[in-house]
Amino acid sequence: MDKNIDITQHVLVPKHTMLSPEESKKLLSDLNIISSQLPKILKSDAAIKHLNLEPGEIIEIERVSPTAGRTKFYRVVING
Amino acid sequence: MIEEIAKQYEGKIPAPLIQKVIDESKGRKLTKAQIEKVFTKLQEKYDYSKIQSGEAIGIVTAESFGEPGTQMTLRTFHFAGVAEVNVTLGLPRLIEIFDARKEPSTPLMTIFLNKPYNKDEKYLEKIIAQIKEIRVNEILSEISINILKLQVEFVFNKKRFKELGLNEEETIKCIKDTFKTLDYAESDNRHYLIPKNKEGGLPALYNIKQKLKEVKVKGLSGIQEVIPKMDNNEIVLLASGSNLKDVFKIPEVDFTRTVSNDLFEVSKNLGIEAARQMIIQEASKVLREQGLDVDIRHIMFISDLMTNIGEIKGITRSGIAEGKESVLARASFETPIKHLINASLKGEVDYLNSVVENVMINQPIPLGTGLPSLVTKNKEKESKK
Repeated sequence: MDKNIDITQHVLVPKHTMLSPEESKKLLSDLNIISSQLPKILKSDAAIKHLNLEPGEIIEIERVSPTAGRTKFYRVVING
Repeated sequence: MIEEIAKQYEGKIPAPLIQKVIDESKGRKLTKAQIEKVFTKLQEKYDYSKIQSGEAIGIVTAESFGEPGTQMTLRTFHFAGVAEVNVTLGLPRLIEIFDARKEPSTPLMTIFLNKPYNKDEKYLEKIIAQIKEIRVNEILSEISINILKLQVEFVFNKKRFKELGLNEEETIKCIKDTFKTLDYAESDNRHYLIPKNKEGGLPALYNIKQKLKEVKVKGLSGIQEVIPKMDNNEIVLLASGSNLKDVFKIPEVDFTRTVSNDLFEVSKNLGIEAARQMIIQEASKVLREQGLDVDIRHIMFISDLMTNIGEIKGITRSGIAEGKESVLARASFETPIKHLINASLKGEVDYLNSVVENVMINQPIPLGTGLPSLVTKNKEKESKK
């Protein structure tokens, strides 16, 4: 019965990667916002649980969009 | 040659559009100049059709749903049998999705199977037996309360045991584990559950009897029915009831494709991005089945909104409306008095940054031509540099 379930393999789960501090800084200055204005993702979210992230870090999500091909989306990690 | 030119436009024009041009150009003999002309024209058109800043996309989305929504009410409450599993369709389902109800009225899992199992029917019975929930109720031929001895008596249906592939010892162990405080006895195929103290009397016995019927013997809790279906040359299982966490653990199940229509289950087990994807899929499925054509961008916008804060929030007063910063905006949605009283008790400040507040106080709204404001450069600062 033991089976290795890696939910990042699931078709519905896009690729989540953590941005380095420099990348996050560049992103925020490019968009001219502060990180709390980004959409949120919970620290306990199933797709990023294995990354063990701290609140405030920024996640880059590579979505497959039917209208725009591959798009990038950003979420900031919050407690919860 | 066309690929080289296409490469220059990567990032400027969405990939699906570029691909369309490449597909379309096949079989036509185009010169380099012609191809370049196509791409410049395409980019021009694409830039022109982009949403401009200050456009009220929320209103456009609301109208795009509202109009087909009125059409839908006329033919609502239809259930369609997808291989004998009932699925809510039409407006009730759409409301369910956008209100983010905790449990859908007809939870449904689509279970895909791993390779050798998804082609051959001979494995099916065994896999279904693992998934479908079997309760004691289904395998009894007799259950009664003995008033004289104050005990519950029951007899198993041996034929059902064989049909369901159950093991009697395991079943009894399940029952024993559930009723640890009771004595268990067996004689002549009759099984007895005896309370240790008889003070509870008949009501206590009745409770035991009801509880015994509901004891899970095998399968995953919550799955009432499992029906196999052929889809694209492979066997897919439709399960009414949702239990993603446990179904993923079954070795024969291909967990990378198995999904549920319960949004909260998806969000809990696969994360918020998967839930967003599921909202898009489910909503567009409902609309498509009704023969309505709503642009997918509107659905994507709504699901982005619903998943914005990291968990699913419905379009209700307890959902996304609750997260609004402005008191007046919240009050204008539903239950205005409650919001106004709470805000005045807390001493909340309304900065009038958004649309509804400004409509209320008769000021220009920050949309369209109301959005830009004048910026002046401070001369002193400039001279210092």
